[in-house]
Amino acid sequence: MSRTWRTFRLSVKSLLLHPLRSALTVLGIFIGVCGVIWLLAIGEGIGRAAEDQIADLGARNIIVRTVKPNNDEATDSGYGLTRADYERLRDTIPTIEPGGALPIRIITEEFRNRTRAKEGRLVGCTPQYADVTRLQVAEGRFLTAADAAEERNYCVLSAENAQELFPLGTPIGQELMIGEDFYTVVGVMKPRAASAGIGGSYAAEDFSGDVYIPIETFWRRIGDMIIITKPGSFQRDISEVTQVTLQVADRDMVLPTRDLVINTIAPYHTLEDFRVTAPLELLQQAQTTRLMFMLFLGLIAAVSLVVGGIGIMNIMLATVTERTREIGIRRALGAKRRDITQQFLSEAVVLSVVGGLLGVLGGLMCRPITALARNRLEAWFPEQMSTLPELVRNVEPLLVPWSFPLAFAISAVVGVLFGVYPAIRAARLDPIEALRHE
Amino acid sequence: MQLAASIRELRKDYVLSGETVHALRGVSFDVPEGDYISIMGPSGSGKSTLLNLLGCLDRPTAGNFLLGPDDVARMTDDQLAETRATRIGFVFQSYNLLPALTVVENIEVPLYYSGRLTRESQQKCIELAELVGLGDRLDHRPMQLSGGQQQRVAIARSLVNDPRFMLADEPTGNLDSSTTEEILDLLARLNDEGRTIILVTHENEVAARTCRTIWLRDGEIMTDERK
Repeated sequence: MSRTWRTFRLSVKSLLLHPLRSALTVLGIFIGVCGVIWLLAIGEGIGRAAEDQIADLGARNIIVRTVKPNNDEATDSGYGLTRADYERLRDTIPTIEPGGALPIRIITEEFRNRTRAKEGRLVGCTPQYADVTRLQVAEGRFLTAADAAEERNYCVLSAENAQELFPLGTPIGQELMIGEDFYTVVGVMKPRAASAGIGGSYAAEDFSGDVYIPIETFWRRIGDMIIITKPGSFQRDISEVTQVTLQVADRDMVLPTRDLVINTIAPYHTLEDFRVTAPLELLQQAQTTRLMFMLFLGLIAAVSLVVGGIGIMNIMLATVTERTREIGIRRALGAKRRDITQQFLSEAVVLSVVGGLLGVLGGLMCRPITALARNRLEAWFPEQMSTLPELVRNVEPLLVPWSFPLAFAISAVVGVLFGVYPAIRAARLDPIEALRHE
Repeated sequence: MQLAASIRELRKDYVLSGETVHALRGVSFDVPEGDYISIMGPSGSGKSTLLNLLGCLDRPTAGNFLLGPDDVARMTDDQLAETRATRIGFVFQSYNLLPALTVVENIEVPLYYSGRLTRESQQKCIELAELVGLGDRLDHRPMQLSGGQQQRVAIARSLVNDPRFMLADEPTGNLDSSTTEEILDLLARLNDEGRTIILVTHENEVAARTCRTIWLRDGEIMTDERK
C-alpha cells in the first residue's frame, strides 16, 4: 500500500467522522466551482448571442445612413444622402466589391388591396437587398436587375403583409396599391425575426411590415418629396437616399474604408445629416464587452471560491484544536512534523477536490437546469419574465471548455492555500503539550 | 555489559510565566541492556520530565543522553521523531489510543511512521494483539474495551517496531490491582525477552517488580538501588 494512498484513506476516514461538517465545507467549494462554470457559460451565451446579431448585419458591410438633422429649418430644401453621394461612393472607393454599393430608400406608406389597408415600410432597394439582409423568398421571386432597369411596378411582400392584405389565396400576380399607383406582387418573403439594436448606433430593424420595390421605380414614381400629414399640420420631407450599404471586398479593409467613405462625402454636406457605421466595429466592441463581462462574472465566482476556501480554513483550524491530543499521540509514536502537515493538508485538499469534482458535475448540468428554471419562471411569473430583455430571457448558456479545468484547479489551489496554515499549526504543536491536552 | 543508554549531568529548565523552573538539576545514571528500572518520587520531582527526555519527546537544556551510540541532545526534530518511531516503545498512563481506529489499526500506527509498513504488517499486528490476549477483539474500538484491555493494546502498539528500549509512564496508574498484575506480568515477560524497560510509578508494589529503583527529589537522584 503506497504512502499517498494511506494518507488519503486516513483523511477520508477522519473527514467521515464529522459527515455534516465535511459536507457543508464541501458545499462551499461546490458553489464556488459551479459558480465559475455557470457564470462563464451564461456570459458566453449572452455575448455570443449579441455577436451573432451584429454578424447578421454583415461584418464586411459599411452602412451609410441618412440622419435627420436637429435643425428643422435647414431640412426644407432636403437633407441626407443624395444620388450623387451614392454614385460617388460606388465609383471612387476601390475597396468596395464590384456591385457592392446598394442604395435604399425607406418611407412609411399605406398599402391597399381593395378595402384592406395596412401601414408599413416601403423599401426601394436593389436586387441584392435580400442577400445583404438575409431575407429569404418563400414564394415567387425577389426583385431582379431587369425589374430595376425597366423601372417596373413590381413589388415583393413580407410574410405578414401577404397574410394580412391577401388572406385568401396567393398574392402572386395580384395588384397592390401603394400611394397612387398599382404594383404587381411578384414574390413573398419568409418571416424573419427583428434584428436587435446593439451598441446604440443601430435601431432594431423590423422587416415584418415591409414591401419592396425597385429603387429606380421608387425614384421615378414616388420621388424625393414626402408630405407627412398629421392632425392639424403637415410636413414636407425631402430626401433622396435613406441608406447606402457598402460591401467591402476584404474584411481587413473595413475600417480604413469607413474613414475613406466619410472623407468622400463629408465635403458635400454642410449639415450633420449622415452617419457611417461598420458592424465590424460593433462586433469588436461587443467582443471586448463580452470579455470584460466574463472577467467580471469570473471574478464574482472567484470571490465565492475564496469564501469557500475560508470555510475550509475555519473547519481545519477547529479540527486541529479538537485533535490536538491525536497529534500529540502521533508525534510521540514517531510522526515527523512533515507527516502531520501532510495529514491535515491532505484533508483540506480532499475537501476541496471533492467540492471541485461535484462542482464540475454541477457545471455540466448548467444547460438543463437553466432551461428548467426558465420554464418554471415563465409559468409562475409570466409578467415579470416578459419585461426582461430578449437577450436575457432567451439566454442559452454556452459551456466554456476551459472553465472546467480552471475552476477545478482554482478549487484545488484554494484547498492547498487555505489548508497549509492549519496544517503547519498542527505540526508546530509541542508533542508534550499536545499529549497533555484534554 | 553493553549500555542501552547513558545519562550524564542531564539538566532541564522550563520558563513558566517568567520564572525559570529547574526540573532536572544534573541527573546521571547508566542503563545496561536488559535492565528493568522504576523511577519514583513525589510530584514535581522531575519524573515526567526525565521520562520525556528519555522518550526523545524533548531535548535537555544541558548534559548528554546517549541512546546506544547517538547523543539525543544533539538531534534535530526529525531525527528525534525517527528515534521515537524506530527505537523506543512508549506506554502511557492514559493509554493514548486513537479512538477512531480499531485495535489492529491502533497497533499499526507506529509502522506508518517508521516506514516499515508492508503487506505482511497487518498479520504482525494481529499476532501482537494475540500476544497481549486480545485476539478476539481485533475490530473493537478503544471505547469498547476496558482500561486493562486498552493498556494491553497500547503495549502491543509499543512493540510493533520491535524496540529494545521501552518507556512506561505510570502504566498501571488507572488500573485495578488484578489488572495491574496482568500488565506487570506482561512487562516482566518483555524484560525477560531482553528488552530494556524504564517505568515511572507512584506505587511501591509496582516498583517491587522491577530490578532497580531510582528515587528522584527536586530534580536530583536521591537513591539508586539495585535489588
